[in-house]
Amino acid sequence: MTKVEMTVNGKQVSRDVEGQTLLVSMLREDLRLTGTHVGCDTSQCGACVVHVNGKSVKACTMFAIEADGADIKTIEGMAGSDGSLSVIQSAFQEHHGLQCGFCTPGMVMTAANLLKDNPKPTEAEVRHYLQGNICRCTGYHNIVKAIMAASGQDVSAIAAE
Amino acid sequence: MYAFDIERPTTVAEAVNALKADEAQPLGGGQTLIPTLKARLAAPSKLVSLSAIAEMIGVSQDGSAIRIGGATTHGQVATELADSYPALGYLASKIGDPAVRNRGTIGGSVANNDPAACYPAACLASGATITTNTRDIAADDFFLGMFETALEEDEIVTAVTFPVPQKADYQKFEQPASRFPLVGVFVAKHDDGVRVAVTGASESGVFRWTEAEEALSADFSASALEGLSVDADGMINDLHGDGAYRAHLIKVLTGRAVTAAR
Repeated sequence: MTKVEMTVNGKQVSRDVEGQTLLVSMLREDLRLTGTHVGCDTSQCGACVVHVNGKSVKACTMFAIEADGADIKTIEGMAGSDGSLSVIQSAFQEHHGLQCGFCTPGMVMTAANLLKDNPKPTEAEVRHYLQGNICRCTGYHNIVKAIMAASGQDVSAIAAE
Repeated sequence: MYAFDIERPTTVAEAVNALKADEAQPLGGGQTLIPTLKARLAAPSKLVSLSAIAEMIGVSQDGSAIRIGGATTHGQVATELADSYPALGYLASKIGDPAVRNRGTIGGSVANNDPAACYPAACLASGATITTNTRDIAADDFFLGMFETALEEDEIVTAVTFPVPQKADYQKFEQPASRFPLVGVFVAKHDDGVRVAVTGASESGVFRWTEAEEALSADFSASALEGLSVDADGMINDLHGDGAYRAHLIKVLTGRAVTAAR
């Protein structure tokens, strides 16, 4: 066992982990932050995306030991301390950007990274950036619409087909 | 996964020392190695993480060449090379997806030498030099075959140095499920001739298409490729495309790369 220390959603945490412990296992099983999902476990689906030092990462394909000293943000850290939703979360709610909700934590974390780097993306840029996040319900349309709306752009022209 | 320990050294010297342990293996960004470990296709006793070695991270100008530290992520290469070597920056920006690019590293990619990886094509076409903890290896001598390189046991790719060509372009015909190229072609026009490197196609891994290099060195235009063809023998046959299809794609993509080169 190796001791790791990191900041998770603004709180300092410390745990003893084994070499092969994945970051997502530590988050879900040790810290009980079960908002980060495990979908495919083969780094295809993106349900486990979290931010490591401000960059989106698939938490199922990173070892917890590699996050030693890092600043981690998960979906639980996206809402305000009073429970108020972030702009992106509100947009997903308003534009029906989810159905079953399984992919949503990863979608929101990936969207947050996109809008940080590219505050006014085009629809094509949003779709391209989501290539590592799979949704089997929505057909992506309302996810793209929600992210465009969260960027402050007019989405009235993005009509459902 | 089988159980193993992870060490996280902060210098190359410490990493080399840690790799002396029995069945120890280096860990780059882990975007190939971790899925391999999950499938129990590897059973190291110890992984030596290269992600905390500051001297192996970053991009610097080295005369007229660009030196990329072995632990530099694809995401960082995509951002930092957008102006200084656009074809290579573009190649890095098309690997995997955004989250994979934030972890995967150039050193890991070249050391693994997946027959469909993108970076080996850029290394060969650019005439890059792969630097390890013990020596410099020309790209032409580095990639030996499918998943085979000139690396010795305990040797770490600490940097890759790319001469910047006059013009270059990378064409990736993407297999959308894996996001690897079904075929990828990197064309680079240097002062002393043209180099064309092909990935994803051959059962022997990345290779140079020398007939096209000769034709393009005489006349750098897509029409110079007319009359040339690639032999389908030795090309990868799988459910995504047979050897003849891949051989055809090589010529088509080379032409597109020549036209788009800048």
